[in-house]
Amino acid sequence: MADYLINNVGLFGSYPWLAYLLAGLVHAALLLQLVAVGALFFIWLERKVAGRIQDRLGPTRVGGKFGWLQTLADGIKLIAKEDLTPGGADRLLFKIAPYVSFCASFTALISLPFAFGWVAQSLNIGVFFVIAVLGLEIFGVILAGYASASKWSLFGAMREAAQVVSYEVPLGMCVVVPVLICGTMDLTTIAEMQRGWFTNWLIFHDPFTFITFWVYFTCALASVNRAPFDLAEAESELVAGFHTEYSGLRWSFFFMAEYGSMLLVSVLAAILFFGGWNGPIPITDWVGWSYESGTDPVTFTGYLSNLLGMLNVLGKGVFGVTFMIWVRWTLPRLRIDQVMKTCLKYCTPIAAVMFLGAVIWKYNFPGGLFFRSQVPLANVQETWQGGGGRLIENSGQNSQQSVTITARSDASQSNNQTQVVVANDSRRQEEALP
Amino acid sequence: MINWNSFFFLLFALVACFFALAVVFTGSVVRMAFFLVLCLSATAGLFFLANADFVGAMQLLIYVGGTMVLLVFGVMLTAQGPFVRMKTDGGQWLVALIVGSSLLAVLITAAFRVESWRRGPVGEAATASTNLDPTATPIGMALLGVRVDAVDEPDAVLRSGLSGYLLPFEIVSVHLLVVLIGAAYLARTKKRVRDRTV
Repeated sequence: MADYLINNVGLFGSYPWLAYLLAGLVHAALLLQLVAVGALFFIWLERKVAGRIQDRLGPTRVGGKFGWLQTLADGIKLIAKEDLTPGGADRLLFKIAPYVSFCASFTALISLPFAFGWVAQSLNIGVFFVIAVLGLEIFGVILAGYASASKWSLFGAMREAAQVVSYEVPLGMCVVVPVLICGTMDLTTIAEMQRGWFTNWLIFHDPFTFITFWVYFTCALASVNRAPFDLAEAESELVAGFHTEYSGLRWSFFFMAEYGSMLLVSVLAAILFFGGWNGPIPITDWVGWSYESGTDPVTFTGYLSNLLGMLNVLGKGVFGVTFMIWVRWTLPRLRIDQVMKTCLKYCTPIAAVMFLGAVIWKYNFPGGLFFRSQVPLANVQETWQGGGGRLIENSGQNSQQSVTITARSDASQSNNQTQVVVANDSRRQEEALP
Repeated sequence: MINWNSFFFLLFALVACFFALAVVFTGSVVRMAFFLVLCLSATAGLFFLANADFVGAMQLLIYVGGTMVLLVFGVMLTAQGPFVRMKTDGGQWLVALIVGSSLLAVLITAAFRVESWRRGPVGEAATASTNLDPTATPIGMALLGVRVDAVDEPDAVLRSGLSGYLLPFEIVSVHLLVVLIGAAYLARTKKRVRDRTV
């Protein structure tokens, strides 16, 4: 957005920093709205779904039909509540902990794309960044548990620490599988590779990715601390876990962080496994509205198609969150040893085997069996700054592997893209070697 | 016109230095850990500013995440009362000052020894040249044994020397495996040898 402003609006051309400031503010405000409004909606949804599952109606009165103003009323109540700090608490950490949680959950959204090119800060290592920042959310939880000077809080925080640290391992392994298949960590590129019919979605790429998705979802549930893995706030044993001593607005920051992270892992799942903004049926592709990857101009139809794509991504994300709510109100809470057992004895080995299986599948069917990307590989392959076409031979003359690097000098490419092709067959190597 | 790169560099650097000092001067273990996290996050910000996204995210994942584990173990293993406080006596201050200042002296002289780093103030042109499209591919390829950045080396002998980081990578992996097994061995439930005389 900043580049667009600098290039097209005269004022910003002379003051580029103003454009960056404006773009940054707009992005931050939009993402903040997403987290805050999302939390409002999901809390209402959680109540309704919980009600229906337990054969009740849920909230009905506030705001007329369906009780849709219930969360807002709760919000007003929370603002009006007294902001208490326990006498024995470490005041600084106690006050700062909710913001730490919220910031982590919010920061991870920065590199999450919502449609082609609609990302606050496009990172070449998007997946990695999201996973890295998501892991920081528990820091706030641990600080809260420790600073409250209450044994319930400390127990909850310690359980959460053990749980999240363990579950990061299988979660990382599951996320590596789509990265492996697409050959890039760029989230926009991963989603673009799944363009077309739903058969192009990575979950249907091979049997291993199908199972990987379910392992990913289990681990994601655990890492955002939702039932049946919500031991940190097990109300039957720990009163309310790490947020026992919190009240008012600070308490609600924890909730916003939790619902923000739920949406985050759901949208991440949608991008990694469910094609992102590429719907089950490629309607915008048929009409010819959607942007071709690699082209630059901003068109009205392209904008419209991006808008539809964003609704698509958010729809998938909301479906994921609804699924989490459904799981929460269906399954009983696990015991701490069962949580650890699920992680170390089931999720991690399954994820490792699936990773291996995906590697073997990719090796035997490099083009994919059912999966045929409509986007030419050169458009989505990992970009690497480099010069003209040349050959790497320093991997050793006797090595079976040769790496050809061919630069594309197409004018249609927005930046100097270099395609890296790893060829394993010796025939190709002979051709390439001078 | 302000050079915004320098501005943000100074901002992150000052934040990092401030919280690094805060780590030294705080008594409470958990506050120390929290300040350390802020300091390391500011360092990650410096990496992002230098367009080294991969290193920045690595910093967040390993160092900041690692500090969290440190914090958990620090609290679990050392806590006697509700809030742990540490007191540093004069001798420790003295030793720490000597070690710290000698390290600082070594680093500063080393940094100013390097000829190519002494180019004077960086202008707009120089910052533009570093503004490449950053990717993690060279690192990944280098770990697999192919240095994409060293292809242009004309000398064949030198080129064979720049053959990537596969061996160090494998050595580190084996080392970590050994540590893992060792930790599991130390933490296992010990079998009790029955005392037969009783």
